[in-house]
Amino acid sequence: MSNEHEKIQAELDKYNASVEKATAKFPLRDNVPEKGLYTPLDVKDLDYAEDLSFPGVFPFTRGVQPTMYRGRFWTMRMYAGFSTAEESNNRYRQLIAGGATGLSCAFDLPTQIGYDSDDPISEGEVGKVGVAIDSLADMEKLFEGIDLGKVSTSMTINAPASVLLCMYIAVAEKQGVPQDKLRGTIQNDILKEYAARGTYIFPPRPSMRLITNIFEYCSKNVPLWNTISISGYHIREAGSTAAQEIAFTIADGIAYVEAAIKAGMDVDKFAGRLSFFWNAHNNVLEEVAKFRASRRIWARIMRDRFHAKNEKSMKLRFHTQTAGSMLTAQQPDNNIVRVALQTAAAVMGGTQSLHTNSRDEALALPSESSVRIALKTQQIVANESGLADVIDPLAGSYYVEAMTNRIEKEALEYIQKIDDMGGAVVAIEKGYIQKEIQDSAYKWQMDVESGRRVIVGVNKYQIEEEPPKGLLKIDASVGEKQVKKLHEMKAKRDNDAVKAALADLKKAAEDENENLVPHILAAVKTYATLGEICNTLRDVFGEYEAHVSL
Amino acid sequence: MENIAEEVLKGNRLALAKAITAIENEYDNATEIMQKLYPHTGHAYVLGVTGPPGAGKSTLTDKLAKEYRRQGKTVGIIAIDPSSPFSGGAILGDRIRMNSLTLDPGVFIRSMGTRGSLGGLSHKTADAVKVMDAFGMDVIFVETVGVGQSEVDIVKAADTTMVVLIPGMGDDIQAIKAGILEIGDIFTINKADHDGADKLATELNMMLDLDGVIKDWRPPIMKTIANQNIGIKEVVETFGKHHKHIEENGQLTVRRTERTKNEMLDLLDSRIGQYIRSKVVDTGKLDELVAVIKAHETDPYTEANKIVHDLLK
Amino acid sequence: MDKIKVLVAKPGLDGHDRGAKVVARALRDAGFEVVYTGLRQTPEQIAEAAVQEDVDVVAMSILSGAHPHLFPAVVNLVREKGLKDALIIGGGVIPESDIPALKEAGIAEVFTPGTPTGKVVDFIKAHVKK
Repeated sequence: MSNEHEKIQAELDKYNASVEKATAKFPLRDNVPEKGLYTPLDVKDLDYAEDLSFPGVFPFTRGVQPTMYRGRFWTMRMYAGFSTAEESNNRYRQLIAGGATGLSCAFDLPTQIGYDSDDPISEGEVGKVGVAIDSLADMEKLFEGIDLGKVSTSMTINAPASVLLCMYIAVAEKQGVPQDKLRGTIQNDILKEYAARGTYIFPPRPSMRLITNIFEYCSKNVPLWNTISISGYHIREAGSTAAQEIAFTIADGIAYVEAAIKAGMDVDKFAGRLSFFWNAHNNVLEEVAKFRASRRIWARIMRDRFHAKNEKSMKLRFHTQTAGSMLTAQQPDNNIVRVALQTAAAVMGGTQSLHTNSRDEALALPSESSVRIALKTQQIVANESGLADVIDPLAGSYYVEAMTNRIEKEALEYIQKIDDMGGAVVAIEKGYIQKEIQDSAYKWQMDVESGRRVIVGVNKYQIEEEPPKGLLKIDASVGEKQVKKLHEMKAKRDNDAVKAALADLKKAAEDENENLVPHILAAVKTYATLGEICNTLRDVFGEYEAHVSL
Repeated sequence: MENIAEEVLKGNRLALAKAITAIENEYDNATEIMQKLYPHTGHAYVLGVTGPPGAGKSTLTDKLAKEYRRQGKTVGIIAIDPSSPFSGGAILGDRIRMNSLTLDPGVFIRSMGTRGSLGGLSHKTADAVKVMDAFGMDVIFVETVGVGQSEVDIVKAADTTMVVLIPGMGDDIQAIKAGILEIGDIFTINKADHDGADKLATELNMMLDLDGVIKDWRPPIMKTIANQNIGIKEVVETFGKHHKHIEENGQLTVRRTERTKNEMLDLLDSRIGQYIRSKVVDTGKLDELVAVIKAHETDPYTEANKIVHDLLK
Repeated sequence: MDKIKVLVAKPGLDGHDRGAKVVARALRDAGFEVVYTGLRQTPEQIAEAAVQEDVDVVAMSILSGAHPHLFPAVVNLVREKGLKDALIIGGGVIPESDIPALKEAGIAEVFTPGTPTGKVVDFIKAHVKK
């Protein structure tokens, strides 16, 4: 211990003694961290060059770009989409007219799970949480009048990601935009669907094949496309802790990289197109530490475990969304404040893009005015708060650095455990990850119910409230309209061509060495529906049966 | 619902459900229901499925049931999960692996909690089996977590018992030693694509042959990957073989006779117990006796003998 | 020995089961027997499972906005199949303005985000027909 540290230790001992006396009279609040004060002693092992270094420099703890927001702000990307393709197309055109260069498409649940709108199981769900897409015809409508060579489009689609991507490529082709000019992201992260979000279709192994097929196809044909957004967001929403969020997600990331390498790809050919998706939760400083830790972990894994040579492959770029599960139905305007703090965390943590939730989302889909406030929140943080003025502003804080180390350590322990089990796929099949998340969710709930954790307006500081007004209502006839459109389209298309394309797809699916993307693209172009394509694959791959143990 | 037993015999599914509830909760009409249904029992073949948690028993049962359905047989499933010793509650989690059977009119699935060891689970399970039998189910599965004595008792309600194991559990051998070896007519290694399946099979084979006695039925060791539908047909065939075997050598009759005898004894125990309790506890006599016993004026043994003698003479 | 038996169900395609699972565990800890259906159940499957299990309560959770269609569909099928007394409750992201219609359709109570699990337990205890 250096002389300096000894001095601090002596002073700290004195301070702790005085605190002990004080807390005898005034006990500490419930649920505060064990330690209330951080000093240089907590970060004395931190090696600046090794552990932090500079923005844009390995291990990227301080950020993936050298200039971060001093060049330009993060992308303010608002997730939207509802009802029919026509309605969503209107919303997108308005957004673009307002200066947006990035679209983010939300799909309804039947689309996300590969069912057509006329499937009995789709009843009541069509057009509800996003736009309904049954075939290329809907996709053409969705992007009508929007130049796909100019926008970047993010699509929240997982199990049938290949089908939606192919539809997007086909629309672009009709517009005369070549594949290699297309920019955007598909979420395409099936592992977290099994673990947390629930919109899976096929079992893990064929799903992993589809994902590596996409990696391979895009590296050759759609090089600017982000082929996956490995998502911790939903794992956190399902109730995990901050460390679990990044641990389970990075474990998923490892599984994808391994699968692609096993399929014969060079790591530097695809790893630069991998991106992540984090949650911005309530505890501001813990979240900042989490973002920083995640960058450091990924960089080291990519360099040391997968021997990536290209620095791009080691950079953890991420999108962030504020925590939907932290929005309260009580006193909904308070959510504006929560979202502002979460935004601050995402920005101080160095996010590449951000979606902010609207205050009324615990009650219904967001209304237009609420969405506006959410977007303004980002603009205020960007332009007025000063938080975006310097890079990684919390670096060097004893507390934040110590917490970054703590989260990193916890996450690495989980990753080790999952490695020992045989990787994320096995851990999910065993239900391990699900169980860990559920346990954390249950603990959170019990902490709220016992009052150990205070949620303003929910378990403390409640007030009498009027029911909220101005909530968005989805037209109940959306389903009928969509079904009618689907049937008209089916009557018009060349049904023999559809049959042939589906038969070809089935044959390709049976051959494990075949890349399915070109076959899906061919099927999409015949106006084979999403449901028909997914059912063809269901016939070959089977369906995932959830592992639930409560 | 009136006339539950009659409705069960007519094939009313709600009545079947209500009859099992009556048994489970010991409703007053339970005995009457069983009296009416008993003459209609004895047709179903009862399969016990047991093994450690996480062995994939429910998924396996689901696939086996589907195989029987393909053969045109109707299937009843009783899935038993442990109740929490603290709250008395239970998560009955087997059904979730069998969701795709829910709407099959030839299948009926019922989940039950163990409700502690004093709940008379084995005899309730046996009665639930009889209700499904009278309803007309051809094959009835009784699925339990094989960890304790009560589960072993439940499996005794079965004509053929399958023990399900998986590789790499670390304590498989422990589980086998704990008495599972004796009850298995068939051993199935599920998740047979996982590392260690062959090793487990070897160990099992060794243990089964350990006593060196040549048996007329040597429990076969089957391998399945239930979630991929691999090995399912073979297990169903083996069930059939075992059924045929014990039918031919008379073991089935012996087992069923033994079972009837045990059920009769259990029933007598419980009836006599209830009767004595009603005379002793409900009248307050027990409290009086406890007071004198505590004062060492007499002893529990003498008093118990006296009560039985007086009440049952 | 009488136990309250509850079917916790996720009708429709919504994959958000954090709430359903937390409630299932809380009900278990309150001494109930809980059958959890898992995701993606049709109203028909839920009603049939309710019959086979002869449950006292059917508790559903939906966060996708499909409740106006799916909740009443389950109520109708459960009643049609003859479970006359089962208490049917629902929860999830459900706008206040939808609640009267759901109650009209036979949903005994609707629990919105932020409801403590103890409130669900108490409601069941107070209203279950046992």
